[in-house]
Amino acid sequence: MSATQNLRPGQEAEPWLEPGHTYASVTDKISSVVLTRPLGIGWLAGFALTFSIVMVLFLAVAYLVVKGVGIWGINIPIGWGFAIVNFVWWIGIGHAGTLISAILYLLNQKWRTSINRFAEAMTLFAVACAGLFPLIHTGRPWMAYYMFPYPSTMGIWPQFRSPLIWDVFAVSTYGTVSLMFWFVGLLPDLATLRDRAKTKWQQMIFGALSMGWRGSARHWHRYQSAYLLLAGLATPLVLSVHTVVSFDFAVGIVPGWHTTIFPPYFVAGAIYSGFAMVLTLAIPMRAAYNMQDFITMRHLEQMAKVMLATGLIVAYGYFVEFFMAFYSGNKFDVFLANQRLHGPYAPFYYALILCNILTPQLLWFKKVRRNIPLLFVISLIINTGMWLERFVIVVISLTRDFMPSAWGRYSATVWDYATFVGTLGLFTMLIFLFVRGLPAIAISEMRELVHQESHGDGGHE
Amino acid sequence: MSEKRSQLFGVMGEFSTPEDLVAATKKVRETGYKHVEAYTPFPVEGLSEAVGFKWTAVPLLTLIGGIGGGLTGFGLQYWVAAITYPMNIGGRPLNSWPAFIPVTFELTVLGASIFAVVSMLALNKLPQPYHPVFNVDRFAQASTDKFFLCIEARDPKFNLTEASKLLQSLRAEHVNEVKDEE
Repeated sequence: MSATQNLRPGQEAEPWLEPGHTYASVTDKISSVVLTRPLGIGWLAGFALTFSIVMVLFLAVAYLVVKGVGIWGINIPIGWGFAIVNFVWWIGIGHAGTLISAILYLLNQKWRTSINRFAEAMTLFAVACAGLFPLIHTGRPWMAYYMFPYPSTMGIWPQFRSPLIWDVFAVSTYGTVSLMFWFVGLLPDLATLRDRAKTKWQQMIFGALSMGWRGSARHWHRYQSAYLLLAGLATPLVLSVHTVVSFDFAVGIVPGWHTTIFPPYFVAGAIYSGFAMVLTLAIPMRAAYNMQDFITMRHLEQMAKVMLATGLIVAYGYFVEFFMAFYSGNKFDVFLANQRLHGPYAPFYYALILCNILTPQLLWFKKVRRNIPLLFVISLIINTGMWLERFVIVVISLTRDFMPSAWGRYSATVWDYATFVGTLGLFTMLIFLFVRGLPAIAISEMRELVHQESHGDGGHE
Repeated sequence: MSEKRSQLFGVMGEFSTPEDLVAATKKVRETGYKHVEAYTPFPVEGLSEAVGFKWTAVPLLTLIGGIGGGLTGFGLQYWVAAITYPMNIGGRPLNSWPAFIPVTFELTVLGASIFAVVSMLALNKLPQPYHPVFNVDRFAQASTDKFFLCIEARDPKFNLTEASKLLQSLRAEHVNEVKDEE
């Protein structure tokens, strides 16, 4: 994936930005969505719908606080259930945002410019949804501060050798760094909105948020230095976060979890589902706000290619899981592998293979990658598949461990579904608020792109 | 604010392209002005060198933040696990350092990131709601599509007429006085 395509002689590279744009036109187009565009019926209807789903989430959490985790389908031996499935799924979705904003920045990929801002927003909102699940899974969320090291009067401290404590540090660091990265990226754009504000309120809000950014040469110099450093720091961070999440499983001795393939295959799966979610969001957004000039066909195709590549890594992970189970000769691992294919949850496993391995093979074809409705459907299928993957990992291993006397069954209750659907509503509602409240595309970076494209400059400064 | 109470902060020229701005900045510096600042809607290559700004402490402070975060992370875990709350589990070592690496790593990244952001803001003296350059009406374009160069009045060589003439000779499209209200 280099910034320049492999071109035949005489063939022109497709631009990352439709020609004819100036500094002012990109600024106008992106900032007008926030500043001047009236609220349409579509936005209001979408917001109302997602807002009402958030009310369902509040209801489900309130009932949970009153009654305890017994309202969920969890039991002994399946203590994790939906809460952990959803936690891992959401945190994985967040990873594409950091990948786009940090790793593609370090690799000088110009195509990140028009998608990084809302991918980062997606990361933040996904991490917020993810963080909710372990919190409420404790059953007493008001006691969650026990997980942090603080000098308590009881004289007890967290167990730092436990992956669950690593998780607390990894996820809270990830949330904090993502927020700072996002805010630093927003700073020049907030100044643009301040200068173009049409009402007193806009001027005050964006004036306060932009902190008096002036865009002086000294400002930009320190800004670029800090941004590059943050990108360099976020890159290993994003890899570490899903590695630590996979340790929650891999450090345990439960069959099907205790394997060394987990960290890399979890990270690949996270990026896979994250890119699927970026496409799920980008395709309707570019249509609703006429952003086809900025989020071009070439962008969508590039993201489809990343999905295909990470999907193949995930397929390799599934293969290695099976291979290692049989190669090890460990009878519990062999039994678990057979349970995936023939056990009570086998339909979930086959659905997972269909969604995550077979469907993305369509992306080998350029016609499919350039068919927007089909791409949208594939992205939804992959999101579903990645959710199924976590379900298969959590539920099949826990229901079929060493002793038949410890076997069990799991089925989710209406409250499990209400909580999960509720977080989907929360995520979508935040996205709705974000696209109208803040510039969904990085304006200053788009101006830089206009400058580069008009000077035929191949790389990033 | 009455006119009498306002002071002259400098003189500002407006340009349409980053290339004109960089060329003009170099010329102004060659003429001998020291206190010069340029304002652009996106980072322009070579501009900070042109205004005479080469070194920033941001990377060094980030390194310090990272080292501090890492030491804090490991120190905290060592102190908890080996000193204040030791647990003998089958005689395993209390200082089980490989198990402390994930948290040490996360706190290294956290410390470095916080230092990078806070030092960038602090060295840029942000938040700073008021600055004299905002008094120029056309300066609102500095965050859209115009490029500005300000020769500041505190420069020993500063003379309003000469500085304005210099900017005009460098193809500045508008030249404005920048007033500081005090």
